[in-house]
Amino acid sequence: MNVKVEKIISTIMQGVKSFGLPRIIIGLFLLLLFIAAPFVGVNIGTSLSDTFNRFGMNAVMVLAMVPMIHSGCGLNFGLPLGIIAGLLGGTLSMQFNFTGPASFMMAIVFATPFAVILGWGYGQLLNKVKGGEMMIATYVGFSSVAFMCIMWLLLPYSNPTMVWGYAGKGLRTTISTEGYYLHVLNDFLSIQVTDHLVIPTGMFLFFGLLALMVWAFLHTKTGTAMTAVGSNRTFARASGIHVDNIRTLSVVMSTWLGALGILVYQQSFGFIQLYMGPFYMALPAVSAILIGGASVNKATIMNVIVGTFLFQGILTMTPSVMNSMINTDMSEVIRIIVSNGMILYALTRKTEATR
Amino acid sequence: MVLSPFIAIGLLEYSSLVASFRLFATTLAVTVTFMVMDVRVTIKFERIEYMNEKKTPLLEMKHISKDFFGNQVLTDVNFTLRPGEILGLVGENGAGKSTLMKILFGMDEIHQTGGFGGEVLINGESVLFETPIDALAAGIGMVHQEFSLLPDFTATENILLNREPLKYTALSELFGERLNVLDREKMTEISEKAIKRLAVTLDPEMMVSQMPVGHKQFTEIARELSKEATDITEGIKLLVLDEPTAVLSEQEADSLLKAMRLLAESGIAIIFITHRLQEIIDVCDTIMVMRDGKIIKTVPAEGVVIPEIARWMVGREVKTVSHKRAVQDTAEREVLLKLQNLWVDMPGEVVRNVDLDVYKGEIIGIGGMAGQGKLGIPNGAMGLFPAGGKIFFEGKEIPLNSPRNFLDAGMAFVSEDRRGVGLLLDESLEWNVSFTAMQVQDKYLKKYLGGLFKWRDQKAIEETTEKYVKQMEIRCTSTKQKAKELSGGNQQKVCLAKAFAVEPKLLFVSEPTRGIDIGAKSLVLQALRKYNEELGTTIVMVSSELEELRSICDRIAIVSDGKVLGILPASTESAEFGLLMVGQHSELVDGGSL
Repeated sequence: MNVKVEKIISTIMQGVKSFGLPRIIIGLFLLLLFIAAPFVGVNIGTSLSDTFNRFGMNAVMVLAMVPMIHSGCGLNFGLPLGIIAGLLGGTLSMQFNFTGPASFMMAIVFATPFAVILGWGYGQLLNKVKGGEMMIATYVGFSSVAFMCIMWLLLPYSNPTMVWGYAGKGLRTTISTEGYYLHVLNDFLSIQVTDHLVIPTGMFLFFGLLALMVWAFLHTKTGTAMTAVGSNRTFARASGIHVDNIRTLSVVMSTWLGALGILVYQQSFGFIQLYMGPFYMALPAVSAILIGGASVNKATIMNVIVGTFLFQGILTMTPSVMNSMINTDMSEVIRIIVSNGMILYALTRKTEATR
Repeated sequence: MVLSPFIAIGLLEYSSLVASFRLFATTLAVTVTFMVMDVRVTIKFERIEYMNEKKTPLLEMKHISKDFFGNQVLTDVNFTLRPGEILGLVGENGAGKSTLMKILFGMDEIHQTGGFGGEVLINGESVLFETPIDALAAGIGMVHQEFSLLPDFTATENILLNREPLKYTALSELFGERLNVLDREKMTEISEKAIKRLAVTLDPEMMVSQMPVGHKQFTEIARELSKEATDITEGIKLLVLDEPTAVLSEQEADSLLKAMRLLAESGIAIIFITHRLQEIIDVCDTIMVMRDGKIIKTVPAEGVVIPEIARWMVGREVKTVSHKRAVQDTAEREVLLKLQNLWVDMPGEVVRNVDLDVYKGEIIGIGGMAGQGKLGIPNGAMGLFPAGGKIFFEGKEIPLNSPRNFLDAGMAFVSEDRRGVGLLLDESLEWNVSFTAMQVQDKYLKKYLGGLFKWRDQKAIEETTEKYVKQMEIRCTSTKQKAKELSGGNQQKVCLAKAFAVEPKLLFVSEPTRGIDIGAKSLVLQALRKYNEELGTTIVMVSSELEELRSICDRIAIVSDGKVLGILPASTESAEFGLLMVGQHSELVDGGSL
């Protein structure tokens, strides 16, 4: 009898271990917030709607971590570089006056060459600093943001909805996507469940499509080589793999996904944020995938989905529930404390060994 | 006043000078003692005396059983150990030796996986160690194969780490005991005493990082010996040595065995784990053979011969492979691989100028001392280290420094560095076996859209891996198991399977039997032979074990100082090879340059 109980307990413990205790605790906390929400007057429909929205907005940028993790380049702290490619694509599409869904398509088309070129250069740099990728990547992100601060002013954009009103040149810090690609994915096939609960189907589908592509890629010959390079570089080399090329490819993929990620984010958010906007975008994405159970050299699509949902869920729910509980408007303060707290937590988990 | 620190330093140096002189004198004395009397006789005498004593055994393990989630690794293990007895524990990799030792030590691993069945008795009392610290307190010491020493500390400091005798100072009066200083003199005294018990030459003031491996091993043992009885712990009574001789040279191993005898004489029981069977016969009182988690045999060491132990270990007759193939006339045979003026910049194994012809269908051995460059040859040819010169395969020149070209030409390489180069430790066996063949030859792929998409064919990968698991007798829970969870011998088999999956025309194998047990060894050699005979694969085998090369190869090239000294038929007497290694050219030698 006793032995049986012990066995059952050990099976449960195994299960918990494989899903990860941190995820269970965060998940339970999120559930608790949802249960508490109606009691403090927060509408559950709105909350869910917000959570879904934020999940869709951020998931692609979290997905952008996966290729680089697989090839052993570590976490993509250089995500701002991809975001810049996306910003260039978005602003160019608006400059050439594409509107509606076409503007979103064209934004992707314009962003792609930038992502490939920037990603290639970024990859070359990372190949020179094997072992110290993450630190270098952080500064690649930061310095590229600073460089673009100059460029946003100098580039000859002329669309009146985008430039400073008084000078007639130089891009504004925030540009509305209204009339261009605002909510093109959000509204695509969206389902109105109740008055407050809307499911942004299009955004989910778009993420699903990209996730499927990444998943499928990792099952191809080149994808297999990428995982092997991340697992043991020398082994891959001894199997005739050109390690540097594979790593560069992964960086290009990550950069491109980052570009797409910011476009998805903007179409839902409603604004393009230039200048210092991309500066801190990498940390929430890095944290989300770490919370999802990925490690520095192992990540799955499931890590992306679970991580983004938990991270963004907590980020949406905590301020609104806490706010209603203490009856003062502290939402921004709480949001900052929670998001940075989660980032801090996630980064301490960084060295958590393989799955 | 100003001078006082200098005087202090001067005194310090003087005292260490005295210490080292004292050590020198001790060593001299001990050596002389050894030379004068025949130690063996005394030991034999002692041994008999212990045998006759009918007192409670020091250690008794009763009906020990252990499973890891339903996977039975130990079944009803019983044995006893008397004070002063040396028990040789042998068995293949994965036979359960280390699990048994982990149980004895109360390692966390055991408790976390549901404990064990049976009882451990020490001096007749049942004990249950919660942690290794409890085991240490009860007077059980363990010396691991991997050194756990601080490289930048001296032998003395390592021996007494965290147990240093302390001196009370004025500062500790003010700030408490944490400001006590180390009592260096007493430390040296204690460590010297411990080293003396081992009767070896070991400078207690020598930095560990500067020691030869043998001395590191002695330092570890001395650390265990220095643990004397205090109010909370007991002095050392039982010492477990886990493959202490694996990294030692023959001479060093000899002096370690002597030291073990001395310890046993003083009443300390020793459990000795090793793969070198001759050592077991030489030094042990009792031999215990384990296989598949059971004790197969417990016999007195006297009169046992190696083949007998080997048979017990693997449960079948181990063929000491001795095939002498008809040596064909090399002049008529086709040259498959030609190395011309090859140089390789591999740290520690520099190849300077190698010319070598490999004939189609043969097994050629490359032997020689460590560090002379024999490992550099395959590593350089493969392109893993910078190399120059020329390589011709089937008459075509193969560009150097490019593993891809090497593989594309139809060659493969099994590296001596299993964990670093040979395996994806974090991935499944399936990946390990199939990866190279998949990447180089597009095997195990499903192609869509005219080859634009190359999709991993999971089924084909599984089938191949299962085939090799069966063929090579790889012991694993499933083909999905991660490579790092396998034992050394099985990992080596996976490395070979990876190379076989490529179906090479020429296979380089580097140190294929290093660090694996006798059963796995013969399987690996048989597999190589089989591939050579059945598929006509030409094999270039690099090994430090001359006898192994002689048992499987047709010809053997001896490498020294980065050059081929000469090539001899494998049937040549060992002595000839010995002569060649030290630079004596005999008339039998074919090719090579001196």
